[in-house]
Amino acid sequence: MSQKQKPILSAKNVKKELGKGAGRVLALRGVDMTLKSGELTLLMGPSGSGKTTLLSILGCILAPTSGTIKVAGQDTAHLNPEELAQLRRKHIGYIFQSYNLFPTLNALENVRIALDVLGQKGYPAAQRAEEVLHEVGLGQRLKSFPSNLSGGEQQRVAVARAIASSPDIVLADEPTAALDSENGHAVMALLAKIAKEQKRSVLAVTHDPRTLGYADRVVRIEDGQIVGEERRPDGLDAPEIADLTKRRKANG
Amino acid sequence: MILTLAFRNLFHDRIRLAVTLVGILFSIVLVAVQLGLYLGSSRMITAMIERANGELWITTYGAKSFEDGGMLLTQAERHQALATPGVKAVVPLVVRFQEWRKPSGGSTRVVVVGADKEDGGLEPWALVNGSWADIKAPDAIAVDKTYLDELDIEGIGSTAQIGTGRVRVRALTNRIRSFTRSPYVFTPLSRARKLIGAGGSQLTTFFLVQLNPSANAETVRSELRSRLGSDTEVLTKKEFRDRSLTQWLFRTGAGVALIGGALLGILVGTVIVAQTLYSSTKDHLNEFATLRALGSSSGYIHQVILAQAGLSAVVGYILGMVISLGVLWLSRSSPLPLVMTPSLAVALFALTIGMCAISAVSAIIKVTKIDPATVFSR
Repeated sequence: MSQKQKPILSAKNVKKELGKGAGRVLALRGVDMTLKSGELTLLMGPSGSGKTTLLSILGCILAPTSGTIKVAGQDTAHLNPEELAQLRRKHIGYIFQSYNLFPTLNALENVRIALDVLGQKGYPAAQRAEEVLHEVGLGQRLKSFPSNLSGGEQQRVAVARAIASSPDIVLADEPTAALDSENGHAVMALLAKIAKEQKRSVLAVTHDPRTLGYADRVVRIEDGQIVGEERRPDGLDAPEIADLTKRRKANG
Repeated sequence: MILTLAFRNLFHDRIRLAVTLVGILFSIVLVAVQLGLYLGSSRMITAMIERANGELWITTYGAKSFEDGGMLLTQAERHQALATPGVKAVVPLVVRFQEWRKPSGGSTRVVVVGADKEDGGLEPWALVNGSWADIKAPDAIAVDKTYLDELDIEGIGSTAQIGTGRVRVRALTNRIRSFTRSPYVFTPLSRARKLIGAGGSQLTTFFLVQLNPSANAETVRSELRSRLGSDTEVLTKKEFRDRSLTQWLFRTGAGVALIGGALLGILVGTVIVAQTLYSSTKDHLNEFATLRALGSSSGYIHQVILAQAGLSAVVGYILGMVISLGVLWLSRSSPLPLVMTPSLAVALFALTIGMCAISAVSAIIKVTKIDPATVFSR
């Protein structure tokens, strides 16, 4: 992976205050971060470290208190909520911890609605939705409703929904947290594949060590600050980054 | 997908959908019945005026309605009117409330309508038994079938007493109803005068003025006014119709009650639909937040809510109209039948859509405040 590639998303000195008055908390204390195409980045840290806040800010869902966010070269600072929504639908796909599927829509419709929001309607949208569901291995469950799908299948529908519009960036919030080991690995393999084969930038917030083996890069956050970053050396097999991380940790 | 999502959201919770539809249905039926009664009443009030063949009406000053024409006019006014340029004919009509003495005792009020067929002014238009020739027979009258029980008679051949005069039913009309609930009694002019206690005179309640084809109604009216003096009025058909409507619907408060009932129906329907749409939106808030996070515009989400409201309106309207038409059918033989016109049906549909759109406002306000970041806090 070229280190000189231009970032698709960058955050510079991002700070975020949450709450008011005595309850005010500085959730992020000057975070710098970049995301590049073709990489699966893991954002890891303990609970309350600011992972999800950072993910929300990087995904243009939450506004930073200060600092700069650039998505596809566009500064988000002065965009209104509608312009931010437009930026999200053009460049960002989301995968949520609880899948956030529409319970009244079947798998195909859950993917189609993400395309509908983009203005892609009719047969081409249905065809594209079917295609991505086949891609995530759910070609046989197109008409199944979320209540009839397993957790792993629901998360794969969510992945299909996130990539249906071919966004530059896929942001995943604890994508394996609600899944068993087998499904967790399946979803992470899928995200790694999306990053590699479709040249997208995938950022997954997680504290699940099972996911380490799939990462190109691991960014660690604690108390609202980036405290470390490990990149898989070129030529290293994907699962070996987990061992590397363990060794580095053991060496202090 | 907007319609699909709206449809699924609606039908996902059947009980709430049922409550919404009951609210709309209740509102539609109430408004349809109230406005149907209003229209039915209006038609009854103005039926005689509409059917009368004449462009202008001469009445005594302050005549309130067709049934309540006030003091009687004399032949002098008729001659003055006949001498007015542009006037082709002046037809006398006798209309007055009178006491109907029931054969088995007791009494009720009727409206005696006296006119001669030969004059071509006004005649019973829905004769189902007997003919005008039968009404010319001694003591003959025509009454409406609807009121046989009210008048305590069997039908053709029955006798009764109006004022001090004996009458015999020789003809029956069908569904010529009276808003005042006092049945119309049709009879020739001279017998009508006798029945109202003006026998032997030429006194008249109204003169119906028929104009020559080339005459200008407004010019003739001005001329008539100047000739007849201030104790009479010359009204166009529309003016007399409006005056009758004002008298019976608004001075008596009947119309206000009907319109008030219709407004209440709209209000109750709007509140019920607003409440159920709001609670449906609240239940689906996470889905709307997800849509927002996926980058949907707020307009897209508003369209989903409005589509929900629109679907509720269409289904509620269809059900409401089915019930309203049933009520309409049941009322057809009642003394106060409901009326449904195509324009009322269209107006009700527009009203339902408007009511549901207004109901959606609270839900839209709620959804506008969604913070898409809540998708991460589930």
